[in-house]
Amino acid sequence: MSELWQLTLHEARAGLDSGSFSAVDLARSCFERIAQVENRVKAFVTLTESHALQQAEQADRALSEGRGGPMTGIPVQVKDLISTRGIATTCSSRMLENYVPVYDATVWEKLSRQGAVLLGKGNMDEFAMGSSCENSAFFPTHNPWDLDRVPGGSSGGAAASVAADEAIVALGSDTGGSIRQPASLCGVVGLKPTYGRVSRYGLIAFASSLDQIGPVGKNAMDCAITMNAIAGYDSRDSTSLDLPATDFAASITGDIKGLRLGIPGEYFVDGMEPGVRTAVETAIKGLESLGASVEPVSLPTTQYALACYYIIAPSECSANLARYDGVKFGYSYQDTPDMWQAMETTRQQGFGPEVKRRIMLGAYALSAGYYDAYYLKAQQVRTLIRQDFARVFEQVDALVTPTSPVVAFPIGEKTADPVQMYLIDVCTLPINIAGLPAMSVPCGFSDGLPVGMQLIGPHLSEGMLLNLASAYEQATEWHKARPGI
Amino acid sequence: MPLDRADVEHIAALARIGLSEDEIATFQEQLSNILDQFELLKQLDTSAVEPTGHAVEVNSVMREDVPDEPLDPEDTLLNAPRREGDLFRVKAVLEE
Repeated sequence: MSELWQLTLHEARAGLDSGSFSAVDLARSCFERIAQVENRVKAFVTLTESHALQQAEQADRALSEGRGGPMTGIPVQVKDLISTRGIATTCSSRMLENYVPVYDATVWEKLSRQGAVLLGKGNMDEFAMGSSCENSAFFPTHNPWDLDRVPGGSSGGAAASVAADEAIVALGSDTGGSIRQPASLCGVVGLKPTYGRVSRYGLIAFASSLDQIGPVGKNAMDCAITMNAIAGYDSRDSTSLDLPATDFAASITGDIKGLRLGIPGEYFVDGMEPGVRTAVETAIKGLESLGASVEPVSLPTTQYALACYYIIAPSECSANLARYDGVKFGYSYQDTPDMWQAMETTRQQGFGPEVKRRIMLGAYALSAGYYDAYYLKAQQVRTLIRQDFARVFEQVDALVTPTSPVVAFPIGEKTADPVQMYLIDVCTLPINIAGLPAMSVPCGFSDGLPVGMQLIGPHLSEGMLLNLASAYEQATEWHKARPGI
Repeated sequence: MPLDRADVEHIAALARIGLSEDEIATFQEQLSNILDQFELLKQLDTSAVEPTGHAVEVNSVMREDVPDEPLDPEDTLLNAPRREGDLFRVKAVLEE
């Protein structure tokens, strides 16, 4: 290993604990890497170098005094919708361009208390609405595997920073695929936990019944270590699950013999690229050769998930984003005496097109005369989708599907037609609707671009999924491939 | 096209979003296309199906009614677009 920035979290931990290098050395190395590639990748909205070096010095003191933990001295990128006290948190939106939180999100409070080092804040689609990072109001992020292509989204900065070895690990958020799809397109590992596993306190809300924070890392073990640090009950999030602490890293035994895997045919959709199909089918055979059994299953409501999601998520978004009125924080248009005019212009100038589209879609679905036809109907379909998953999980332990039907696409290719962009998330949306945990794991390449396999489990099965992913990684080298940037 | 121009203006008013002429035309087409996708749900008979609000069972959570440390007033006003002393300054809400 020639450079510290190339290390996995697990390797960095070992080096810090043995004293082979310091947290300051590791942070400096990551910033050297950022200096090499960031002007091409553009994964960060904000870099926090001087703050990071202070944190790294503190981490070194903690380590030398024997007060170190699993995250002490680990450099992380945090998606820019996770509140960081005193550090701008923009949601990649003009609306919050100058917003500085006065409190930490629970996940960042936990990580910083454990001595993690903040490299900076990750670029994203504005307010997490998008699948390509092109909806960032500031600049698009570029895929490290091909700089003319998107990294996926909305956590495109998280996935690109890990793929380009700028960050050791990153935190993203996933409302309809926003961790898994960019992880897939950038060839890294991403985990969306069970709804309620990780506190949403301080996560700037998009769709509250779907949003969930999770890790993006270089392998399954790194995601497990990060999950240990961020998961757990939080009284400040009323949807947080009050459960005993789980050791996700300890779930990784490498043994998947006898695990029953279901392959839902509905996820191998018509528009899927042949290279994606081949890679995922080969990976399934690989899992079988490791001792898992494989059988076809059916989730007949899959075809309704897209419509269901695009009613529920915009409805919740229209309510959550009503707070941006230019009064208490955020962008504020002042050049009129009229209150309503000021509010409407604030929102016209502060929000980008996709955010406006979703707010309006939600406002329509919730409006008088349409509520039953759209919102109530979607919530009923949500029940059917949940029941579909509950039924197959009586039959199998986990499901294996592609994460995305396509590999990374050229920047600008899908921006003109919102429906085409929405269709990219067809394999990831149903999981949020049902609140399930799911991962994306690198499983090959199609035309030189990474392909991700999605592993889906019943509620609270993250440990099993991480073990399944890790067993696959032990037998393959896909997760070790790095772009030549 | 399920939405006409007046519908888009009505929705924008509900959402308190000002729109330019170009935006009205673009959103009319795009929102109509998205609404067309929703027609698919009509195929499903959901007359006897209970709606799901949260995928994971969530009950009302109450905390003890004990005063906690509030945000410092300076912190509260840190991001205020306009302030006057310890207050947010807003445009006139009441008409004469």
